[in-house]
Amino acid sequence: MSTNKGIRIEGLKKRYGSGDTAVDALKGVTMQVDPGEVVGLVGPSGSGKSTLLKCLGAVIDPTAGRMVLGDEVIYDDGWKVRDLRALRRDRIGFVFQAPYLIPFLDVTDNVALLPMLAGMPNAEARARALELLTALDVQHRAKAMPSQLSGGEQQRVAIARGLVNHPPVILADEPTAPLDSQRAMAVIRILNDMAKKYQTAIIVVTHDEKIIPTFKRIYHIRDGVTHEEAGEGRGFD
Amino acid sequence: MISLAGRDILHAWGKFVFTGIGLGLLIGVTLTMAGVYRGMIDDAMVLLDNSGADLWVVQKDTQGPYAESSSLYDDTWRGIAAMPGVASAANVTYLTMQVRAVNRSQQRDVRAMVVGVSADGPGTAGWPPYLVAGRQITRSHYEAVADIASGFRLGDTLQIRRNRYTVVGLTRRMVSSNGDPMVFIPLKDAQQAQFLKDNEAILQQRRRTAENPAFNRPGVPGLLDAVIASQSSNNYVNAVLVRIKPGTTANEVAEPIRRWKRLTVFTRAQMEDILVNKLIATAAKQIGMFMVILAMVSAAIVAFIIYTLTMDKIREIAVLKLIGTRNRTIAAMIMQQALALGLIGFAVGKITATFAAPIFPKYVLLLPGDSLKGLAAVIVICALASLIAIRMALKVDPAEAIGG
Ligand SMILES: Nc1ncnc2c1ncn2[C@@H]1O[C@H](COP(=O)(O)OP(=O)(O)O)[C@@H](O)[C@H]1O
Ligand SMILES: [Mg+2]
Repeated sequence: MSTNKGIRIEGLKKRYGSGDTAVDALKGVTMQVDPGEVVGLVGPSGSGKSTLLKCLGAVIDPTAGRMVLGDEVIYDDGWKVRDLRALRRDRIGFVFQAPYLIPFLDVTDNVALLPMLAGMPNAEARARALELLTALDVQHRAKAMPSQLSGGEQQRVAIARGLVNHPPVILADEPTAPLDSQRAMAVIRILNDMAKKYQTAIIVVTHDEKIIPTFKRIYHIRDGVTHEEAGEGRGFD
Repeated sequence: MISLAGRDILHAWGKFVFTGIGLGLLIGVTLTMAGVYRGMIDDAMVLLDNSGADLWVVQKDTQGPYAESSSLYDDTWRGIAAMPGVASAANVTYLTMQVRAVNRSQQRDVRAMVVGVSADGPGTAGWPPYLVAGRQITRSHYEAVADIASGFRLGDTLQIRRNRYTVVGLTRRMVSSNGDPMVFIPLKDAQQAQFLKDNEAILQQRRRTAENPAFNRPGVPGLLDAVIASQSSNNYVNAVLVRIKPGTTANEVAEPIRRWKRLTVFTRAQMEDILVNKLIATAAKQIGMFMVILAMVSAAIVAFIIYTLTMDKIREIAVLKLIGTRNRTIAAMIMQQALALGLIGFAVGKITATFAAPIFPKYVLLLPGDSLKGLAAVIVICALASLIAIRMALKVDPAEAIGG
């Protein structure tokens, strides 16, 4: 794996459609997230947050710009990696607004599925999953089905799934939206802990006023353009 | 790697089991229908086997005696018996009718094929080749041997038209090509039964004959009686069953009979062709149609249930794709579920058909080869039926997992 230098985005542009109906959702996004850092990505509805996450997550194609993951240029006016599916599987972690756990797999296998998909033997993948579940303090629910968990437990399992392949970057799409402020804080604390523990660069898309003050750095996005700001970095109380 | 399909099935086993049972009943009906068709063919073959004949001599240009009616003079057999290569020739009559056992407190009324067998005794073509109880017919009148499937018992009194017969023997697997059990009675009785009118009709006919001046001539005593006697007797049989001598072939014996006797002669192979391709052809087509419909209904059920199950998982499929699951893995998951449904259905269907066959009103012959073909068809149908769901799953955009 490449040396972990977090993720760097330079002048990223995304245009939906073409001609008269074209929408320039991203007009030049530049950001840098270091390993172990959690940054906020904040902006009003329609500002281009989801579009940016989808570009970073390699599920849609940007129109122009540059993305560097670790020390590898993954996009430079075109994808530089051939297998985007493997890129998503091995080097990007996702945490969604809702946990979206696979209902027919137990907690361990929900987490172990990713390394298994990458070809890791089942036992090894489960051991890795258990390690993450322990780090997130849900190891006691390892054999439970997702439907038997509380909302907070589900979200922790989802975070464990995002982390299990030790990706250099995690994209979290409004991970606290459905949670009350206490649980929201708990999730942000976990993300900070995990960023430190696994030296992961974490981007948290949010418009959740409760958690915005916790970020040390925030990127504001408006009309497809980002502005970096120092956050309050207040911690979690 | 774990089996996603297997885990999903275990998770939603209720849906799979109940759908599988429903599908299984349809498959069971389909297998039974195939068994009915096989049974009809087998009945036809048994009919030919048990008649003990090598050649069937029937009325010229008919396809009798089973597929069409045929009548021959009852002394035709003498000429045939004298033909080269003929070992024996025996008259036979067939008449499908309702036969009642009148001695029981509850009268049984059975659809049966009444066979008139020649007076040459057991071993002659047309006679039941074996008995399971009692004895063969020994008297020339009013004794009967019945197939056990008729439900008649030894000692029962059967009413066939106006006459009563005592059941002296029971045989088995002696059925018409419709699967109706056979009742054997002496030829003379059977000839009479074929033409026997009720008393009212006989009186009517006598009166009309007597009123006809051509028959009722004062100067010719006895003429009227002779005419009436000839009207009420039947000198016809339906076919002559021929056995050929060892060392001859059916065709070489048949040919001179056709040429010199101006009769139609069928060999065993031709008879099979008539029974299978003509007599039961319509029934076979109906069965075929039903099987096609059942196959389509089964396919629709599998397609619908797999589609619904997949629809319920759209979010999960988007997530699976986003985190790097191959399209192939997702397609395999859906197809395996469809196949699992098919296998549950087939197992239920096979069990249903096996248990239903003996209580089915027609003879159901379940051949292992047909079951294998059924299994192959189920697998193909389920695989095809899952394609709609697979198409939908492959179209799911992994970007959908990320909020809009
Ligand atoms: N698939 C699409 N096709 C066309 N326009 C789109 C599409 N997705 C988003 N947009 C447009 O791009 C802009 C940014 O959208 P989005 O990234 O969803 O913003 P946010 O997530 O911040 O609400 C909006 O104007 C939206 O209408
Ligand atoms: Mg959005």
